[in-house]
Amino acid sequence: MQDILQSLLLAANLVLSGDSDLFEIIGLSLRVSLSAVIYSIFLGLPLGSLIAVGNFRGRQALMIVLNALMGLPPVVVGLVVYLFLSRSGPLGWMELLYTPTAMIIAQVILITPIVAALSQEILSQLFEEYDEQFRSLNVPRWVAVRALLWDARFNLVTVGLAGFGRAVAEVGAVMIVGGNIDHLTRVMTTAIALETSKGNLALALALGLILITISLLVNAGLFLVKTRSQKQKFG
Amino acid sequence: MGQALHHPNIGPYDENLLPLVIESAWYDVGGQNLINGLDLRIESPDITVIMGSNGAGKSILLRLIHGLLELTSGAIKWGGKATDNRLRQQQSLVFQKPVLLRRTASQNLDFVLKLPQNRRLKRGPNSSTSAQLLKMVGLHDKANQPARSLSGGEQQRLALARALATRPKVLLLDEATASLDPASISIIENIVLEQKALGVKVIFVTHDLAQAKRLADEVVFMSRGRVLEHSKATEFFLHPKTEVANAYLSGTLSVEETHQ
Repeated sequence: MQDILQSLLLAANLVLSGDSDLFEIIGLSLRVSLSAVIYSIFLGLPLGSLIAVGNFRGRQALMIVLNALMGLPPVVVGLVVYLFLSRSGPLGWMELLYTPTAMIIAQVILITPIVAALSQEILSQLFEEYDEQFRSLNVPRWVAVRALLWDARFNLVTVGLAGFGRAVAEVGAVMIVGGNIDHLTRVMTTAIALETSKGNLALALALGLILITISLLVNAGLFLVKTRSQKQKFG
Repeated sequence: MGQALHHPNIGPYDENLLPLVIESAWYDVGGQNLINGLDLRIESPDITVIMGSNGAGKSILLRLIHGLLELTSGAIKWGGKATDNRLRQQQSLVFQKPVLLRRTASQNLDFVLKLPQNRRLKRGPNSSTSAQLLKMVGLHDKANQPARSLSGGEQQRLALARALATRPKVLLLDEATASLDPASISIIENIVLEQKALGVKVIFVTHDLAQAKRLADEVVFMSRGRVLEHSKATEFFLHPKTEVANAYLSGTLSVEETHQ
């Protein structure tokens, strides 16, 4: 108990003193995870929309695959990305292994199915509600998709935040493809794992607290967005 | 309530949609015949009211007429042509439960006015704006209110304004005033009558006998997916030809009879 209290005090001191190493790690974590979420939205939203409004052969199979991919084990994704990016791998010439870009790629692979599957679910529900009216009004398919994306925007924000939550808390994949290199690819989760194994509990705990705070802030934001949209009857 | 819009027939298409001819129409779902070899010919440009008890197939018939559902067999022709997108663009359907976008009242109307196929309507001499449409249905002071926060009657009036935004030649209403407040019913009925006066063909599905008497020029009476009677409104209400219609009008039609 004494150790925990001592570590908490040290952690608070690190945060309040503006420790440069600590903030460098936080900065990289946010940069990698936010980039991954943005790329995942660009890939996942169109895919989710296509499945939601599309009527094509293999749609059900695609939905099953997507749902299965939501539970991809991060270490396996890390391993596959590692194999592709390693010097002898097919993309080795790009020299991306042990860079933040490699970490972003791994996280994009992890988050895109989440964004696609969750957005598909939201858009499908809305499309079911609008479909008959849209057909009656002869709404072209592309206008329908645009309308669905706009009308579901508050719920889709929660999808982005869910993706961010998964990315920022992820450790397995980024550890393998990033290598946890100090001042280059060290992010909060990998640093926590390293500092804990070294016995440097204060730094690990400080990072853990910040990670939890970020997670809390993200969820509070999510709650606010949903409540506000529902109050205004836009959600 | 505001003024009626300009003549709807000065729209993008100039086709004669009547007569509406339905021949040997069958519509099955899961082995159940919901429309049973129905034949109907509507020539009157006035208000046709479709009546019948629950499960008679009125709403399904309206959706088949509008092309939202496809017949299992048979044919539906407007002015000799099968329903396609082009013909559907000249029709508007108001559903019993209005489906409104998660936007403000005026944005719901702008959405329809800005559809690619409606852009030429906007440029035309008789173009209508969302403000005019809202005024027509008495919602001009609710333009910026989220559509889904409006009362049931207001939502249905907004749905009617949206249906009229495309200046249809045919207005289809599927129990559009069911469980609405009297003020909203009155506004909707007045607009329907105005549209009739402007030359719009109205087909109105209703359960409400008093409303049918107020609006109908002719009545189509349905039972078990078939048309039992098709006659002038006065004739139908005074001298129904079938026992089922007579029982329906006198309020003695039992559930067994409607589902036999």
